[in-house]
Amino acid sequence: MKLLTHNMLTSHVKGVKNGFPLRILARKVEVRQIDFNPNFITRMIPRIDWSVLRAAAENLGHGQGLPESPPEEYESQEDFLKSAHHVLMEVEVLEGDLECPESGRKFPVTEGIPNMLLREDEV
Amino acid sequence: MARQPLKTYLCLFAQQHPEFRLPELLSLASVTKSEVKFDELSYSKTNPLLLVHFPSEESACRIAARSLLIRSLFELWGSGRNHDELEASVNKLPSEFTDRYRRSDYTFKVVVRGFSRKCSAEKQLQLYERLSYLPLAGKVNLSNPDYEFHLLEDYGDNPNEAPMEPHRVFVGRLISHGQRHLIQKYAVKNRHFIGNTSMDAQLSLIMANMAQVKEGSLVFDPFVGTGSLLVAGAHFGGFGMGADIDYPLIHGRGRASRAGAESKWRGKDENVSSNLRQYGLADRYLDVLVADAAKNVWRQGELFDAIITDPPYGIREGRRKIWVKKYTKPSPT
Repeated sequence: MKLLTHNMLTSHVKGVKNGFPLRILARKVEVRQIDFNPNFITRMIPRIDWSVLRAAAENLGHGQGLPESPPEEYESQEDFLKSAHHVLMEVEVLEGDLECPESGRKFPVTEGIPNMLLREDEV
Repeated sequence: MARQPLKTYLCLFAQQHPEFRLPELLSLASVTKSEVKFDELSYSKTNPLLLVHFPSEESACRIAARSLLIRSLFELWGSGRNHDELEASVNKLPSEFTDRYRRSDYTFKVVVRGFSRKCSAEKQLQLYERLSYLPLAGKVNLSNPDYEFHLLEDYGDNPNEAPMEPHRVFVGRLISHGQRHLIQKYAVKNRHFIGNTSMDAQLSLIMANMAQVKEGSLVFDPFVGTGSLLVAGAHFGGFGMGADIDYPLIHGRGRASRAGAESKWRGKDENVSSNLRQYGLADRYLDVLVADAAKNVWRQGELFDAIITDPPYGIREGRRKIWVKKYTKPSPT
């Protein structure tokens, strides 16, 4: 699971009002090199909850060099886009859990794939 | 900016999925920001030819560079109900069309094609002779010409009752082919990881065109299965995200779907990401999740550029829902 995906996922357990962001309890994290595509990263920045991304990256030990918030005219700042690319695309949670901030329900991540299924009595 | 007057092109469509030909053309005009006009009354689902108007050859080529249902596009040089009318129409061409071809510094070939009736070799020879009025001063080169000129004869929509003479004839200069070759390139039969209902390559690519996927689009498929639609989206520059309720499928477990291999287990590397890697699109894979499409797992906000999907219809692939606890294991006493 990439941090881009984590930034968009929310818990949907019954009764939970705010299931975002899910807490990452990582057991295995890997960095995979992916081609830098500045156009895609620029398109993603306005859709990202930056403080959540930064906190998630710090939690996984990859928060170095991330600013408090995206700089103005970030589309022309290659250094910033590259560090955003690194945390959004290259840092992968392979094994661990995603914990609902309200209910504490854990969604397991196995082989890099989050399992967001709930039992019928939980929805 | 002054509006450019539109130029006329002859569009030769593929004879497949005729109901999607015009919607795909309109969608591609929109995604390439090109104007397009055609007379809908002159269009027939059973006929492959249509006159289309674009602002320039460049915009016509941009559309052909994505289209699955356009076979070829031609700059229209002339048309008529018979060969005499065609000749008169070509002779009236403004000189800016033909000046370049009155010089002798290029090679060309002429292709004759009939629709609903094949031209015999003898008839083709006669037609080549008949076309000597074309103002072409270059040298003929059949294998690798600089330009191709096509004579298209339309014998109506019914090949079983085709008349002896065509009812419309066109001459045009070939400007671009569509993307029919992608159907072979992305054929499901050569795909590493397939399921029972993997979407066929042509339809997947048409769907990505209709969804206007472009470079840098975030594409989501809530019933991702083996990821055929993400492959198509990635071909046009999209980044793919998928979800599916089928845990074993997403993890590449269970029995293989390929005919003749049903008794085998799936390989460890059978997953959506390996399908993208097969086509050199590995970097356009984001994530797949195990999730129920009936339960929203995404936070609110503008996240995706395109959602393309092929939901299960309950025929070849059954309906599934999250599991119900049927019994609890009796505790050992």
